[in-house]
Amino acid sequence: MFGRVRAVLRAGTLLRSVVLVVVAGLVLLFLTDSLSAYRDLQLADGAYYFCVLAGLTVLAGASGQISLGHGAFMAVGAYTAAKLSAAGWALTPELAAAAVVTLIVGIPVGVAASRLRGPYLAGATLAFAVGLPALADKFPSAFGGENGLAINPPTPPPSLGPTFPLERWQAWIACIGALVVVFVLYNVVHSGVGRSMRAVRDDEIAASLSGLRVGRWQTLAFVLSATAAGLGGGLLAVVSGTVAPGAFPLQLSLTLLAGVVIGGLGSLVGAVWGAALLVLLPNWTTDVANSFSLSSNVSHNLPIAVYGLVLIVAMLAWPSGIQGGVRAIARAGWAGSAKLRPERRQA
Amino acid sequence: MERDPPGLSVRDVVVSFGGIKALEGVSVDVSPGEVLGVIGPNGAGKTTLFNVICGFVRPQSGTLSWRGEPLGRVHPDRLAALGIARTLQGVGLFDGLTVLENVMVGAHRFRRANLGSAMLGLPWSDIDERRLRDRAVEALTRLGCSEVADRLPGTLPYAVQKRVALARALACDPALLMLDEPAGGLDARELTDLGELIGSLGSSVAVMLVDHHMDFVVSVCHRVVVLDFGRVIADGEPATVQHDPRVLEAYLGREAEPADAMSATGAADAHD
Repeated sequence: MFGRVRAVLRAGTLLRSVVLVVVAGLVLLFLTDSLSAYRDLQLADGAYYFCVLAGLTVLAGASGQISLGHGAFMAVGAYTAAKLSAAGWALTPELAAAAVVTLIVGIPVGVAASRLRGPYLAGATLAFAVGLPALADKFPSAFGGENGLAINPPTPPPSLGPTFPLERWQAWIACIGALVVVFVLYNVVHSGVGRSMRAVRDDEIAASLSGLRVGRWQTLAFVLSATAAGLGGGLLAVVSGTVAPGAFPLQLSLTLLAGVVIGGLGSLVGAVWGAALLVLLPNWTTDVANSFSLSSNVSHNLPIAVYGLVLIVAMLAWPSGIQGGVRAIARAGWAGSAKLRPERRQA
Repeated sequence: MERDPPGLSVRDVVVSFGGIKALEGVSVDVSPGEVLGVIGPNGAGKTTLFNVICGFVRPQSGTLSWRGEPLGRVHPDRLAALGIARTLQGVGLFDGLTVLENVMVGAHRFRRANLGSAMLGLPWSDIDERRLRDRAVEALTRLGCSEVADRLPGTLPYAVQKRVALARALACDPALLMLDEPAGGLDARELTDLGELIGSLGSSVAVMLVDHHMDFVVSVCHRVVVLDFGRVIADGEPATVQHDPRVLEAYLGREAEPADAMSATGAADAHD
């Protein structure tokens, strides 16, 4: 039975990615149904973070490029969604446009990125992360300055009933966006495109001698991940209801990269871990800090300290990220059961 | 000349790095079915010549042509499409890719699926992947490493890694195969296997190889070009070149007796 399922799944990438999306969709549907309104919003936060982390993990893990600028791509997507929402666009085209506009912005940045290596690439994308949100202050009439733009909350369709909670609807929207990202990136990673990216990552000279245009593959990876980040930003705008430059500080870009590394570089499941961590860890550390009756000086800074501590411990325990750790445990379990198998056969 | 379909032709290539002339008017030809060895003392310009052909180094003057067409400004990433494959010194495999994936990258020139079909996971992309996999398996089987297809290169012995690197070069179905020190780090039996493989490539493939291992070069190559200080000092059959006084001088200096020279380069044993 299990073997037959495997054989069917081996048949095609499309079948595998569709099964993955359907199963994940059902799990999320069940989750959103059973969670409280507050938890649904957290799930929505996690879903848009996942979009960004999934793109970033493909960029950093498969293509081997670093980006400290993905917070800025989120800003591009978020502002696009907010402007189009104000112009009366419907939700779906508005989010699609957020992705497309970010894709277009990502092309010149990706081309530049494909010519830069290591610290220079980090520096250039860092400048992008710092510089772009500042544009909102520069053109307050268009982008609302410090206060940013408000965006109308989406209304659940009437067919879902009058009592359908807004938070669950927002969680659905964000999760559907995340599933689209899963679908595309899963296919990409498991195709010749993903292999070409990894080849370029491992050895640029050998890759080019095999006929791979190194710069082109790096640009593609960058643009792809920027697009995912743009969609994530658009979803952030829809979920949070406002878009302001304060939501996209440099710290966001650094946190995103940390989330990708801790989750497990290059792994889409790792991006799920990373997104969960980005949503839950700040809340959790604040709760921990508050539970001790400390002076406000300490309790305000404790969450950041705990956050850093958790990151350090996680990296020490699992150098290849949480997903790497899970895989190692699974492999150990598999090896244990493999040892048992010959005995079983004899019996 | 006109009988043979033209292979690679290098004419009067000059390369200098700063004030140092690495190649001074080098001309080399290699035609299909021929195995050409490029030898010479360290710093003679062998690797520079390879790098000029591959487009890593731009010559100050001189021309390159391939199958009768001028190879104007060669880009390394266009070579595979032209049917030119090159292995690197050492192994140069992709460490994060399995052996099979490594060789599939080598077959990249035959990839037809576009980005859209890959992003949507369409069957066309899968079919294309299966074609590349078949090519890769064929190349691996030819080199006797199909059983390590799912391993990572770093887990394999050096000699097997070198064979995988050769399989990757062969996967692009090259008409010119450039081997940079293919014999490095191989033992006698592995060298015999490598020699047999090169001999079995057939009349449509031109081979150009650089190596220090004189026994190997003499036994495998049909013709040998000797470089010294950026100039071609000898060009001919291995047996003739071995006894060329200029070659002996380049390797050992003027005073050397031919017999000493031969044993020192290790070429004499293979000659008989």
